[in-house]
Amino acid sequence: MTPVVRLRGVSRVYPGHPPVRALDGVSLDIEYAEMIGIVGPSGSGKSTMLNVLGTLDRADSGEVHIDGYDVAGLSDRQLSALRARRIGFVFQQFFLSPGVSALDNVADGLLYTGLSPRKRRTRAWQTLEQVGLADRTHHRPHELSGGQRQRVAVARALVGRPSLLLADEPTGALDSTSGAAVIKLLHELHATGTTIVVITHDHDVARELPRQVHILDGGISSDEKTEGPALRGGAR
Amino acid sequence: MMRRGRGADGASRLTPSRMRARDTLRVAFSGLRTRPLRAVLSALGIAVGIAAMVAVVGISASSQEQVNQQLRELGTGLLTVSPGTSFRGGEAKLPENSVDMVARIDDVDAVSAVGVLGDANVYRNEAIDPGQTNALAVHAADTGLLDTVSGTVADGRWLDDALAEYPAVVLGSDAAELLGISHTDGSINVWLGDQWFTVVGILDPVPLAPELDMSAMVGWPVAAELLGFDGSPTTVYELSGENKVDDVRGLLPATVNPSNPEEVAVSRPSDALAAQAAVDETLTTLLLALGGVALLIGGIGVANTMVIAVLERRSEVGLRRALGATRPHIRRQFLGESVLLAGFGGIGGAALGGVVTAVFATSRDWQFALPLWVLAGAAGATVVVGALAGVYPAARAACMPPTAALAIA
Repeated sequence: MTPVVRLRGVSRVYPGHPPVRALDGVSLDIEYAEMIGIVGPSGSGKSTMLNVLGTLDRADSGEVHIDGYDVAGLSDRQLSALRARRIGFVFQQFFLSPGVSALDNVADGLLYTGLSPRKRRTRAWQTLEQVGLADRTHHRPHELSGGQRQRVAVARALVGRPSLLLADEPTGALDSTSGAAVIKLLHELHATGTTIVVITHDHDVARELPRQVHILDGGISSDEKTEGPALRGGAR
Repeated sequence: MMRRGRGADGASRLTPSRMRARDTLRVAFSGLRTRPLRAVLSALGIAVGIAAMVAVVGISASSQEQVNQQLRELGTGLLTVSPGTSFRGGEAKLPENSVDMVARIDDVDAVSAVGVLGDANVYRNEAIDPGQTNALAVHAADTGLLDTVSGTVADGRWLDDALAEYPAVVLGSDAAELLGISHTDGSINVWLGDQWFTVVGILDPVPLAPELDMSAMVGWPVAAELLGFDGSPTTVYELSGENKVDDVRGLLPATVNPSNPEEVAVSRPSDALAAQAAVDETLTTLLLALGGVALLIGGIGVANTMVIAVLERRSEVGLRRALGATRPHIRRQFLGESVLLAGFGGIGGAALGGVVTAVFATSRDWQFALPLWVLAGAAGATVVVGALAGVYPAARAACMPPTAALAIA
């Protein structure tokens, strides 16, 4: 089966004196319904990896295929379409609109799909229920805890039923309890067949994931699969 | 086999990102709501410009309407005949029988005259310094004058045949004010031509003969008897039907002075009123330009606000790009925000301008007039200003690479 992510010899170099080689000939396959952690210290290239996987940035060389699409052959407009329908993002800082209810924040995940507002809200409500926030639909971000906010952000990423969910340091702004709850939620979503890529510097978070790809100096230093409780949740 | 983007099956199956127009408006509006005070202050700049323009045009339109209404009420059938310049360059005189001559013309409905008493001045009492004339004139007026010039009496009465024989005077509105006389009760006298004259009446302003407002008018006979009036009128007022005015106008010089018609000047007071309105229009254009400058400054304020908004909301731009927004979506969002910002200012400004116009018109007893085109123009101006102010910030937001926007956050 075609992997949801296929990288072949991907490099990304930022101009400067000297130029920074953030990704250096990275090759990686991520299968559908897989849950993977991309782990590395600051400056290792994992954020660049997120940008490339999320089609927010283009590789300078190599091949990037996302959900079967060769990213190099897509226009900026087509990349937007790919993100709108195939990729979901969860960010460390949540990026929820202040003064807007959880329901509408989640519905905004479908804003660029052309769906009617009614359909968007219906799907948002279903997704909030899926992440266990059915009783918080009309709460605004400042009325939610950090963990709940991140769950709203996860719901927003999920509402478009993406082929690939990218979570960038999803527990970075949370206390340990809330962070654990978010990771548990991601495991539950993975159990329903969602492909999840978690970018993190936290080895404890990474250890909970079925597969860990370690990045160092723009290259993959190791690619390990963990047997254990985490894998049980992720296997299909 | 991999699906390829461009030109292959894969890309064609990618449904493009779409954003409904209603959603663009909603998102633009929610952008304004995040910084309400800043939005209000920015909109205020536009509001001041629009209010200034609407008020200037509104006040001018109300003034114009007032003139039009006056002309409708007073008619445009009044002509005035006055001495022109003689062949030798001296001041000509109208013949004593000018009124009778004019009355013979067919289509003349009414005719009357006044004669300036150049040597006579009017004072509140005999103790006033003779040099303090207040620029008031003394006229001998015939009894039909008031009807001919469509004048009305504010207090007291107009001259009749009996009063015209006696030292009685009727004051124009400004003359009464300058002399400090606000009413008549038969006991108030003024010192006129070294004699006491009893004030029997005060006129309302006479729009078609404003020279009478600054005048003290006495009867024709008493002027001849006591003030040395030679009987030669200085202005003849002639009233005819509006459709006959041009015909009568052509006949007047030769009728009044058959031997020297070129020494007779004929004018139409309603033309002067209309000309005054035209002068007002020039002033209006000037003030409108000043309002335009205010609007321009307001537009710069909006542009400034939008530039700051784009800088502050880079993470939002990054998020929206991550959610699937295209560059045109981002551009439209910020452009919409700018137009909305200016639009709210425009609505507030139009309302404020309307209120100013209404208050001003009411204070002057004018009829309130605010043409629809002014409001349409205000709406158009705000949309244009908002769009122009938003072009650069919107383009800047749209061109922002999503990775850079998210990295800032």
